[in-house]
Amino acid sequence: MGYCFTEDGMMSVWSELEKRYDIYAPKRFAGKGRFSDTDCVRYGQVHSATEIVFDKKAEYSAKEFLLPNAETLFYFTEDQILESACKEKEMLVFLRSCDLHAIKRLDAVYLEQGFIDSYYKRLRDKVKFVLMGCPKAFDTCFCVDMGTNKSTDYDMSIDKVNDKYYMDCKIEEWTELFAQSAERVQDVQPAYVTETKTHVNLPVQMPNTMLQSDLWREYDGRCIACGRCNFVCPTCTCFTMQDMYYTENGKAGERRRVWASCMVDGYADVAGGGTYRKKHGERMRYKVLHKVWDFQKKHGYPMCVGCGRCDDICPEYISFSHCVNGLKKACKEVMENE
Amino acid sequence: MNENVYVPFLSKIQKVIRHTSIEYTFRMEYHGNVKPGQFFEVSMPKYGEAPISVSGIGEGYVDLTIRRVGKVTHEIFEKYEGNSLFLRGPYGNGFEVSDYAGGELVIVAGGTGVSPVRGVISHFGNHPEEHDGMTLIAGFKSDDDILFSMDFETWKKQMNVILTVDKGEPSPDRQVGLVTSFIPQLELKDVASAKAIVVGPPAMMRFSTAALLERGFREENIWISQERKMCCGLGKCGHCRINDKYVCLDGPVFPYTVGKNLLD
Repeated sequence: MGYCFTEDGMMSVWSELEKRYDIYAPKRFAGKGRFSDTDCVRYGQVHSATEIVFDKKAEYSAKEFLLPNAETLFYFTEDQILESACKEKEMLVFLRSCDLHAIKRLDAVYLEQGFIDSYYKRLRDKVKFVLMGCPKAFDTCFCVDMGTNKSTDYDMSIDKVNDKYYMDCKIEEWTELFAQSAERVQDVQPAYVTETKTHVNLPVQMPNTMLQSDLWREYDGRCIACGRCNFVCPTCTCFTMQDMYYTENGKAGERRRVWASCMVDGYADVAGGGTYRKKHGERMRYKVLHKVWDFQKKHGYPMCVGCGRCDDICPEYISFSHCVNGLKKACKEVMENE
Repeated sequence: MNENVYVPFLSKIQKVIRHTSIEYTFRMEYHGNVKPGQFFEVSMPKYGEAPISVSGIGEGYVDLTIRRVGKVTHEIFEKYEGNSLFLRGPYGNGFEVSDYAGGELVIVAGGTGVSPVRGVISHFGNHPEEHDGMTLIAGFKSDDDILFSMDFETWKKQMNVILTVDKGEPSPDRQVGLVTSFIPQLELKDVASAKAIVVGPPAMMRFSTAALLERGFREENIWISQERKMCCGLGKCGHCRINDKYVCLDGPVFPYTVGKNLLD
């Protein structure tokens, strides 16, 4: 059922929801941009709908609520191990369609493939998703081509048009609250993107010889292996274990997992000093092919959701979509050279 | 509540067997199912975890042969019999001995690569009725690097053993030369049905499988075992992924027909 709210109506709903949930949404951090005197839009806790930024893409995705960038798994003292506690309060996370599709990818890795990850699961069970209507794509977005522009798999939706909020709510326990506070009850369809400026042409075959393709050589020099593309990516799920200890005698500490990046040095190191993919172009190949080929082979749909954040954040102006678009031609070239 | 698969359990070190100055076998208390070729995450709180292959299986224990080359393994070497280590596992598919039974079998192993196949070698050594001729080609860098020398004495009585070192003076006890150099002269009754397992460093596996194919082995009769730095062993951390396969879930043992496409 859908509802239309004025700002005041929204406020009263909000104060009720906040009793139950910690609410996270893209918001403006004044003066925190990457250049002087600029703001940035990232995820943070919001206490009113007016704080939510609707017209800008959040630099980072909503994955941090399910996969914190550093998550304590357990504490240890000598022979004792104590599992870390989970955040108690439930969470309400506002996100766009692409990011909601990304959650499906996280679920695939953390809940479906191999073992069930109890740390992911315990957070996942606490989160409800509010789909933010997304009427117009940003320059680097290509969600339509990835099939992630539209979502129906949300708990609530929200669109802001002029000073009115239009919400859909699938959680039954809130329907009474919503109905009381709404200006009127009406059908609501969250807005979605139908056309993007950027397009991608996904590969349809992937010969092994793509490893040797010249396509990757361009990135040997251009990519500086900073890993930002991985950290902003809503579907990057890799982590590395990290132990730390608190005391002088080193007997008490904790084991955490921290975000890892396949673009950064050390990711593919093995004991004894060996490593795989020394060249940055090889790492680009590893990442790009996972996003548009390897994951799909395993799960049936591509990993990339077309949010374009990797292009937005790259300090070397490397474009993921441009690289993907070069794959078909490069495949053809290597196959002809065989 | 789901089981927390990241929490390790304490396991007592029953015995430490010293092979070389940097390679020891730790016999760890363990009750449960485990196969050769599977691995455990050995956990040293404060230093981290390292994936270690199972090199031996017995009543109430598993053997973990560890080379002291990193931060975690360095700390493990500070432990003695009677101390305990934290373990998680076993993980990975491991070797299914029934896959190799019935015909001729050739095992080519390099260095610590002998560890994951040690259980397979011993199994067929003790069950000659399950194979129709067996050859083990095991290569080490030098005499000082030879692992499981006691086992080799036993194996020499049970099968055709070619023990070799990359560099060294001639000796009646072993050969000198790379493992690949012994593959062309392999004497086999029927190469088309003979099976082979190759485990070792990446280059050694690449050249050995090439030599086996050259010798006439069929692709579908060759298995390899991959190694990566697995942070979780659970198919999550991503470090061991090659294409659409996770070494920790889909491997570390791969049929060559699958393994040949895992390029990194």
